Amino acid sequence: MEFLRPATWAEALAAKADLPEAAPIQGGTDMMVELNFDVHRPAALLDLNRVAELTRWTAEADGRLRIGAGVPYARLIAELGDRLPGLAQAARTVGSPQIRNRGTVGGNLGAASPAGDSHPALLAGDAVIEVESAARGVRMIPADEFYLGVKRNTLLPDELIRAFWMSPASGPQYFSKVGTRNAMVIAVCSFAIALHPGERRVGAAIGSAAPTPRRARAAEEFLAAELDWDAPLEPAVLRRFGELATEAASPIDDVRGTAGYRRHAIGVMARRTLTWAWNDLRAGRTERRAG
Amino acid sequence: MSVAPARAPRDIAAPGGGGVGDSALRPDGVLKVRGEFAYSSDLWIDGMLWGATLRSPHPRAKILSIDTSEALAHPGVWTVLTHEDVPGRKHFGVDHTWDQPVLAFDEVRHQGEPIALVAADHPETARRALEKIRIEYEVLEPLTDARRAAFDPAYPRVQPRGNVARHQPVRVGDVDAARELAEVVVSGEFQVGMQDQAFLGPESGLAIPAEDGGVDLYVATQWMHNDLEQIGPCLGLAEDKIRMTLSGVGGAFGGREDLSMQIHAAMLALRTGKPVKIVYNRYESFFGHVHRHPAQMRYEYGATKDGRIVYADVEIILDGGAYTSSTKNVVGNAASLAVGPYVIPNVRIDAYGVYTNNPPCGAMRGFGAVQACFAFESMMDRLADACGLDPVTVRQVNAAAEGSALATGQIIWAPLPMAEMLQTARELPMPAPADTGDLRDLPGGVSQTTHGEGVRRGVGYGVGLKNICFSEGYDDYSTARVRLEVIGGEPVAMVHTAAAEVGQGLVTLEAQIARTELGVRRVVIQPADNRVGDAGSSSASRQSYMTGGAVMTACQAVREGMAALAAARFGHARDDLSFTGDKVVSESAGVLGTIAELLGDAVIEETREYHHRPTTGMDPVTGRGDSHAQLALCVHRAVVDVDVDLGLVKVVELAAVQDVGRILNRVALEGQIHGGSAQGLGLAVMEEIVVENGRVRNPSFTDYLIPTILDMPPMRLEILENADPRAPYGLRGAGEPSTLSSTPAIVAAIRDATGLALTRVPVRPEHITGSS
Repeated sequence: MEFLRPATWAEALAAKADLPEAAPIQGGTDMMVELNFDVHRPAALLDLNRVAELTRWTAEADGRLRIGAGVPYARLIAELGDRLPGLAQAARTVGSPQIRNRGTVGGNLGAASPAGDSHPALLAGDAVIEVESAARGVRMIPADEFYLGVKRNTLLPDELIRAFWMSPASGPQYFSKVGTRNAMVIAVCSFAIALHPGERRVGAAIGSAAPTPRRARAAEEFLAAELDWDAPLEPAVLRRFGELATEAASPIDDVRGTAGYRRHAIGVMARRTLTWAWNDLRAGRTERRAG
Repeated sequence: MSVAPARAPRDIAAPGGGGVGDSALRPDGVLKVRGEFAYSSDLWIDGMLWGATLRSPHPRAKILSIDTSEALAHPGVWTVLTHEDVPGRKHFGVDHTWDQPVLAFDEVRHQGEPIALVAADHPETARRALEKIRIEYEVLEPLTDARRAAFDPAYPRVQPRGNVARHQPVRVGDVDAARELAEVVVSGEFQVGMQDQAFLGPESGLAIPAEDGGVDLYVATQWMHNDLEQIGPCLGLAEDKIRMTLSGVGGAFGGREDLSMQIHAAMLALRTGKPVKIVYNRYESFFGHVHRHPAQMRYEYGATKDGRIVYADVEIILDGGAYTSSTKNVVGNAASLAVGPYVIPNVRIDAYGVYTNNPPCGAMRGFGAVQACFAFESMMDRLADACGLDPVTVRQVNAAAEGSALATGQIIWAPLPMAEMLQTARELPMPAPADTGDLRDLPGGVSQTTHGEGVRRGVGYGVGLKNICFSEGYDDYSTARVRLEVIGGEPVAMVHTAAAEVGQGLVTLEAQIARTELGVRRVVIQPADNRVGDAGSSSASRQSYMTGGAVMTACQAVREGMAALAAARFGHARDDLSFTGDKVVSESAGVLGTIAELLGDAVIEETREYHHRPTTGMDPVTGRGDSHAQLALCVHRAVVDVDVDLGLVKVVELAAVQDVGRILNRVALEGQIHGGSAQGLGLAVMEEIVVENGRVRNPSFTDYLIPTILDMPPMRLEILENADPRAPYGLRGAGEPSTLSSTPAIVAAIRDATGLALTRVPVRPEHITGSS
């Protein structure tokens, strides 16, 4: 197996163009497991760890954050937890401290597993993925157009993920994930919510409950239409939101959980996270819980 | 002898001091924490080859042909072996039933069964060559129904001798007559899923061919001499041609009692004339060792209105999978301990161990007693409900004590203050309510599934009774050689046994015993190998008792030799002399001199065997017998918070009360109780090898979950020391009892929080929410 170590982004794009079957590797927290279990035998590994710009994030002139694909989860939590609370909460549920020191959102996007923890928070927070190829330059892909199927995304063989873009939270955000252990666990299913009070809109997305991570569009549209932003949350609205979130799921029975349980749990998480977000909004709260 | 490999075990000097009763430091502790300890997977010798194993993808199939020619032609491959190349006996087995093929022929009986071996100059080369071995199968429908295997004579046979490995009845009194008299009857069906030992060090070792035609084997095992009894005949070698050295063991918990790569590596080394190393990866490890028997259990108890049990009617079916392994002894434990530490005048127990095409099951911490304990403790709670008693009282009403008889008729001859232990557990302070401001305190943890919504607290109790040492007439003795001499001006005790340090801390204890018995400070533990007699297995909570006893008696013999020298030198009577702090001390005259001066150039070496009191078998019809050498009790109180909407559980506290007879090393002991409780917690709420139609669906630590530090709560321990007069220092084996009782205590607490029946472990979220 070839091991390619580009020093710059341009070299990385050139290497990927030359050898499209090369598998990019950053933290290695997913790729190395797959190699050890002999799931993949890539012709080459394209090590992106020397491309320093991937590990930087910047606040852009339009107010959005541009976060390099190689920023590890631990830094997302420490450096951006105040501006991207939903994503930081999702990052906090990833693996162990060692894994969070290595693992990245870029890797999560590259693997495109329906169980990847960052996806629902990216979807609910309207993230845009910046990908690039040597031949055609940059493509900006909204997160909800990025995932195509189980472990498949819209990346072309000569493209690499460079960064993702998100606006700082304009309202409360929550991420919730069911696993059968209290830490270091892969999602049985997960849910993310982001309130956008300025636009009177709510982003909502599910993870590990369909072939891809996906937005709960009907639930979002229901809230956009029915939610009274100046009143306490109506129990009927909460209930209907949970039902519509559940209907967004098309889960399977697998060794981690049953389809029926996943549907049920998505509904519970949808109702709980909306309640938390709403209470925070009403109270003008932004503090985070310990943990 | 050939050259020893790099990272092979060496003499270890036990650090610091400390005799029996002190929390002496582990000699391997710092190395393990720093990642420098040499495990068997770290062994290395120049020029070695790597072995790999081809395993069956099918749970049941006929092997029509095996073609190795393409694999042999693969560059870098030295040899490819099949059953035709087994030099001696083609079968082995851990408990004297030699039914497991070294390499399968004619038929495969479980997924992952080894069929062929490759040795190559690189591990990846060996793995790729495996893919070039062509096997023609006739795939058959796997036989996976344990109940039919037990009772349906028309069910096809997995083993030609029949599908029941052992049926052990126990009969006391007259159950049918007692049923007429019972005022309260409770019944239940319970299931235990297949648990894995989940040791972290995968199966691994190194075989080095020797000039005498024999082989030097560096392996991680629980019982070297039992390995040797199987390896020798299969290799067609006399035992003295096989030199076994215990290499660093990365956990065992029963999963290293059966052979894994030992014979395979030796076959490859003898064939190629080169050292051969085999290391399983994590996936392969799930197929490379036996697991805990899944169980289906039906219980019926009758009682008086005040909760006194008058009869028990019990059926236990244990699925042993394709081969016998330890199934017969697991059945013996399940039968003799089926109703636990409760006095019941009329008993009908039938325990069965059966063959199926499921993965083979054998030894795991708790060994047959774990499964029964989940059922009988669940029954005690049902009985409490039916009689309107609290769960502690119903247990106290029926509790065994010193002088009581077990179901087998065996009289408990040592202290067993069970009723008092339950009282202690009940009266321990309760943990504080959950802090809803800290996600780590709540079910789901930082995955943030609740901020307190839906969370209900529950409390439950569990009592476990475990037999210590081997049972049913087996003389599982241990051997120790102790040598005392002056090295560098100081007296040094060298302790040599074949007992396996598997992480439990035996080497620490051996040094403590030597210091106490010999009065010397420096102790060196020699590597465990087969140049000294059998030490028996590191299982059944027995090594403190058995190898501790052997080291104690060997040391006492050395001390006698020292006393004889001292009596002659100083002219004191022997019983006036003692040895402490490297000095010879007279009770009448004080310090007489140093041990170093006394010994001079003399070397005192003694080897002793230690045997526990003999046990008897179980009567094949009535189950009667004094079948257990020692019994040990643990009581747990579990406090849980359950998110009843999502079915997620946070165990808030586990309190344990255990009688250990005598504390030999408190830190090590507490570690055993913590670890056993954690393994029981795993079985209660997450650990299961999911098997579907004979196939394992989760052979990885992504999906076979074991508790993390956020799952395992702080423990409150009450450790009692009611000595067993028959055991060395009065000790009771302590490795297993907590594994039994923590599972039912946690499930009882979940039932208390939810009101659900919960008859199967592990309890899954969908069992609590009812959404399937």
